Amino acid sequence: MATQHSRAAGRLMLSPAVILLLGWMLIPLSLTVYFSFLRYNLLMPGMEEWTGFLNYRFFLTDPAFFDAIRNTLLLVGGVLLITTIGGTLLAMLLDQPMWGQGIVRILVIAPFFVMPTVSALVWKNMFMNPVNGLFAHLAKGIGLEPLDFLAHAPLFSIVMIVSWQWLPFATLILLTALQSLDTEQLEAAEMDGASPLCRFFFIVLPHLARAITVVILIQTIFLLSVFAEILVTTNGGPGTATTNLTFLVYAQSLLQFDVGAASAGGVVAIILANIVAIFLMRMIGKNLER
Amino acid sequence: MARAVTPQRRAVNTAAAWTIALLIFFPILWTILTSFKTEAEAIASPPSFLFFDWTLENYVTVNERSDYFLHFMNSVVISLGSTLIGLAIAIPAAWSMAFVPGRRTKDVLLWMLSTKMLPPVGVLIPIYLIFRDLNLLDTRIGLIIVLTLINLPIIIWMLYTYFKEIPVDILEAARMDGASLRSEILYVLTPMAVPGIASTMLLNVILAWNEAFWTLNLTAADAAPLTAFIAGFSSPEGLFYARLSAASTMAIAPILILGWFSQKQLVRGLTFGAVK
Repeated sequence: MATQHSRAAGRLMLSPAVILLLGWMLIPLSLTVYFSFLRYNLLMPGMEEWTGFLNYRFFLTDPAFFDAIRNTLLLVGGVLLITTIGGTLLAMLLDQPMWGQGIVRILVIAPFFVMPTVSALVWKNMFMNPVNGLFAHLAKGIGLEPLDFLAHAPLFSIVMIVSWQWLPFATLILLTALQSLDTEQLEAAEMDGASPLCRFFFIVLPHLARAITVVILIQTIFLLSVFAEILVTTNGGPGTATTNLTFLVYAQSLLQFDVGAASAGGVVAIILANIVAIFLMRMIGKNLER
Repeated sequence: MARAVTPQRRAVNTAAAWTIALLIFFPILWTILTSFKTEAEAIASPPSFLFFDWTLENYVTVNERSDYFLHFMNSVVISLGSTLIGLAIAIPAAWSMAFVPGRRTKDVLLWMLSTKMLPPVGVLIPIYLIFRDLNLLDTRIGLIIVLTLINLPIIIWMLYTYFKEIPVDILEAARMDGASLRSEILYVLTPMAVPGIASTMLLNVILAWNEAFWTLNLTAADAAPLTAFIAGFSSPEGLFYARLSAASTMAIAPILILGWFSQKQLVRGLTFGAVK
């Protein structure tokens, strides 16, 4: 159906988007790679020189780097564990017949729409504060010593805050997937005497497998870049206890002005994200075929 | 899928779901309630839940002591601006991919999505330096450019999936009747595409409103949207709970309301069609 004419028009309409995205991807990306091979400090302008892999050696042997990698993995892993398990259970509950289902769903989804700086500060000050926070009041109420969450369990606290933000996302996606499950299959299994646990593991979970994978992949991409929550709660500390890779690169470049080393860190972050992206793109690509 | 269950079972479901939902929603509710307390009541022990003297003074204080309105307008201009420019670029692109697909269309689409997976920190430094040299740091236009580009793949993707659902036959019929490309777009496609475009716009305004990597790193005072303004409460300002709550409530209320309308688009827009 496509004529020569409409094909040319189509290409013309596509080109602005392609050119912009190509520029957005290629220019900063090649600059980051280029900077990562330079000795380049913003405090010493005009002193840039080629240093080969020195930045990478510096960055990869910096103890802060290993802390950052560990924190990144713990943060991503912890949030994924909480949100996928919690999201699956919550989605199954929300899928049951009940009164006021619409309102329940609206309440559950709400945290996803709260901007990161607000949720981080509300949790930090109004809940986790050791003197006036609600948790401190609760602890005192049952005769316990209030815990200074962000000082004594900083990474755990950030995992909790980020999980609260992402649980609605996982729940909503999994609920959508759950609603496409054929209920006749479940009823047949029930009549044949399959226990609820059996039905969950052999019918519901296999049906959800694909959606769970998508939730894990997409969340990983976003969670690798958690930044605002760390900036406003702990600023990466105490020490490097909550510095993830994103925050380390930010601190290296915009606080210590070492563009070279920070760029090397940026390249490492890109490589990490790409490993995840490859799997995600493959799944999306398969879906496009259908 | 309403299955028949006993009323008892339904009551148990309802109680469990409402308990969990209220727990999840509680931090937001608590923020809204605290915003109507005085500073003294906000830190009172034990905290009062509903029985306190409701006051609007915090909303007045936040507006008087800071340029709240400026930051609010920055958020509005940046999120709407980036979404509208994004739509202007994305609509033709999605249209051509949906209706005049070539051999490479799928690859182009996948490649566009893959740019969304680039971690922002990987391009932070060059963008920061380029913006510094072009005097774009802490300007609304600078942020609009960045947010347009980071959300463009999602906009194109969503529009593509909506346009794909429009029956092609109707376009052919219009063409048979001698409609030009222009009138085809104007009179046939647009009316059918408007709901999809509106949904896309809604989700992207929300995403841009809440974006907190670039807004924090590229703004200081003049162009700071609400994300960056609230970050300023981190210390010691944040210890004024009532004031923090009032500022937060005002920052999240509009998007919370928009967000509740956009549940379906959220699944479509953020899973890139991998879940249906």
